Amino acid sequence: MPISSIVLVTGLLLILIGLWAMFVHKNIIRMIIGFSIIDTGIHMVMVALGYITGGTAPIFDDVVNVADSSIQIVDPVPSALVLTAIVIGLGVTAIMLSYAVMIYNAKKSLSIDDCAEQKW
Amino acid sequence: MLKRLFMVLALALMAVMFFDIAGNYSERTELTGISKHYANEGADELGAANLVASVVITYRGLDTLGEVTVLFISAAGASLLLRRRREKLAGEDSPRRYAESSEIVQTTLSILFPIILLFGVYIFINGHLTPGGGFQGGAVIASGILFFMLARPNDSLSHSLLVRIESLSGFTYVVLGLLGVILAGGFLDNRVIPLGDFGSLFSAGLIPLINILIGLKVGSELGSLLQKFKE
Repeated sequence: MPISSIVLVTGLLLILIGLWAMFVHKNIIRMIIGFSIIDTGIHMVMVALGYITGGTAPIFDDVVNVADSSIQIVDPVPSALVLTAIVIGLGVTAIMLSYAVMIYNAKKSLSIDDCAEQKW
Repeated sequence: MLKRLFMVLALALMAVMFFDIAGNYSERTELTGISKHYANEGADELGAANLVASVVITYRGLDTLGEVTVLFISAAGASLLLRRRREKLAGEDSPRRYAESSEIVQTTLSILFPIILLFGVYIFINGHLTPGGGFQGGAVIASGILFFMLARPNDSLSHSLLVRIESLSGFTYVVLGLLGVILAGGFLDNRVIPLGDFGSLFSAGLIPLINILIGLKVGSELGSLLQKFKE
């Protein structure tokens, strides 16, 4: 089994585990942790899809030369996208945590059941 | 009960979809399309040894500017949400005092804190040559700030200093991007100043400068975000 398939399958499993955590738990902090797990899973899937067989990091030096670079290095575009995605995920998590702080101050509880007035 | 059924159904459908993706996946053996162009031409065009840095800072520079903006807006939003609470509490009691940390932690802080900051600066200055860049270096600096806050919980960092560093570096980033429009090929083009020797510290045009600005901005932004959560 090639290494990138292992990373891909692990990433997909992490997405499922994170979704399950968001569905099952009532505690808002645990839902945010579920979101972070989904986030990590998506990053792993993206990095796995950018892998080239036998490729190394896309940094030119004595070993990696420009002429054969298209078979020597992994795809730089998914790596750059994952870098963006990590930072955006951090920002979203910070906003979610500050909403959790606000909900705790208003209700003195972190359970989603105590926010029943918005329920459909 | 019905809710639980839907939940299992949704997860099962996702699992079927993912099974299909994983089953049909085969590893690529060669770069294609735009990545191939970046790999073959990137070093000559932009002069940066780290290809990811040239994609992040120059080829997809507009995305990175947007990303920095998203981070800024989320930090501003979090401080807005958390400030209301502090004003409400302000009338009730005086600023909270935390227990002092032990002498071991404080001594470790005074030894390690400058080294952590220096390491963060090293990571973002060498972002165009080695794995790293502005965001990674900024995160290292923010972890140093977090360590400072844990070890000396009653001292606070100068908030106005952090805000000034952050807004100044964000402003300079946009100005450097606009210089690219006037002096080179387009917005955020790095060929405003000479590219220099490939692989040396002073190379790749504006990429190291922009990395430094992003590093300062991200470090101070995350630092003030952590400070807000502490309060």
